[in-house]
Amino acid sequence: MIEIIDLKKNFGPKHILRGVNLKIEEGKTLAVIGGSGTGKSTLIKCIIRLLEPDGGKILFNGQDITHIKSQIALAKLRRSFGYLFQEGALFDSLSVGENVVFGLKYLTDTPKSEYAKIAKEKLALVGLKDIEHLRPSELSGGMKKRVSLARVLATEPKVILYDEPTSGLDPIMSQIINELIIDLKNKLGVSSIVITHDMKSAFEISDTMAMLYEGKVQLCAPTPEFKKSQNPYVKQFVEGLSKGPIQMQIRN
Amino acid sequence: MFKELGRLLIRFFTQLGQASSMVYSCVFWLFKSPLEFSQTMQQTTKIGVESLVVATLTSLFTGMVLALQAGTTMRNILSEPLYIGTLVGFSLVRELGPVLTAFVVAGRAGAAVTAEIGTMQVTEQIDALHTLGTDPIRYLVIPRLIAFMIAIPVLTLCANFSGMFGGFLVSVNSLGVASNVYISDITTFIGVDDLMHGFIKSCFFAFMIGVVCCYKGLWTRGGAEGVGKSTTQAVVSSMVLILVLDYFLTAILNSIGL
Repeated sequence: MIEIIDLKKNFGPKHILRGVNLKIEEGKTLAVIGGSGTGKSTLIKCIIRLLEPDGGKILFNGQDITHIKSQIALAKLRRSFGYLFQEGALFDSLSVGENVVFGLKYLTDTPKSEYAKIAKEKLALVGLKDIEHLRPSELSGGMKKRVSLARVLATEPKVILYDEPTSGLDPIMSQIINELIIDLKNKLGVSSIVITHDMKSAFEISDTMAMLYEGKVQLCAPTPEFKKSQNPYVKQFVEGLSKGPIQMQIRN
Repeated sequence: MFKELGRLLIRFFTQLGQASSMVYSCVFWLFKSPLEFSQTMQQTTKIGVESLVVATLTSLFTGMVLALQAGTTMRNILSEPLYIGTLVGFSLVRELGPVLTAFVVAGRAGAAVTAEIGTMQVTEQIDALHTLGTDPIRYLVIPRLIAFMIAIPVLTLCANFSGMFGGFLVSVNSLGVASNVYISDITTFIGVDDLMHGFIKSCFFAFMIGVVCCYKGLWTRGGAEGVGKSTTQAVVSSMVLILVLDYFLTAILNSIGL
């Protein structure tokens, strides 16, 4: 469904992605792990074209989307994607209900009369009830993430990109989010790319895992295989060891 | 020193290019998609209401001071306060009304616009707009730009009346000018061309404040500190540009007889 070939992205003199190769199959979940600043968020921002790649290709259903320039074509492409932001990125000036249905106006032809029903439905899907009238500032961190997920689901995307969905949440709320991600895959058959530091979550929700290090994929393998990997970088990161090749590289 | 100057020039032209590109995108979206009407109305009301009291008060006291100064000077030179209405009216309609109103709006509503868009930028709400199929230029910038261009000329008109009323109060109560004399000084000497002069200026100021404040908001980087910096820069840049633009507009409008 999505194939990333030799993707490169620089910020000035900094080479963040140095030739990333990945493949995401339809209806599957790929978890991307890696230390801070290794380009995980940059990767998914390139996929949804919030950032322009400097080299390589991103094939979506066989079509290279890196060359799309027009704003209208980009908006059309984004109909197929949903993006869950790390902090939710809910619009402060709108109510929860308005936030949930925001994308419907621009991404779909859904009549306005359906908006209230859809908001209720999608909020129920993420386990929230009767909060349409609240403002985002009145919500807890976990609720914000779930409302943000409801907003993603409202436009029924084919691919969901999750940017650290469990960061900053307590273990119970993290587990609720994990179960939601698994549920969405099973019920709606969406493909997902999950950026995370949370190893427990990554093992639980993914079919395939990849580790980014120094702008390249160190290892991409089915989750059970990835867990057992003897790759020193992967092993160190998965086991959370302070000593190993990653730390040594930083010290040098 | 040359290195520093070069850096400053590069920064200036980069920002000019980015702001021009934003204006180009505004024109593009204006023709390509329907206007966000409710957003535009909401912003117009917000900008207008937020600045109305401050703008009219500023102008009221400016009119009062103008009348007092002009009256005292006239009394010293000509032994009586002549043409106070004309002096106050001219100064306000052609110059002080548009400039002071633009200052007030830049400091009040302009700062709020930059802070709001800047906060949306650092909390990824601008990225969220992109992912939800709309463009921040279309959803945020165009409605605010139009709102400034409606609100500032209207506020300028209110400020002009308020200032002339302030001048009236001082002239009649402190300087002993007859009320009908003050009014006829205004109506006899101030014409439609003077009103047009002020109106054209206020439209240019409004466009400039809208572009500067939205641009600074969209290009905010670096969290809460960045929002503070952008907001300060937006207000300072707007105020300096108002004065610069005022000089050139006055020169151009005078040369074409307005």
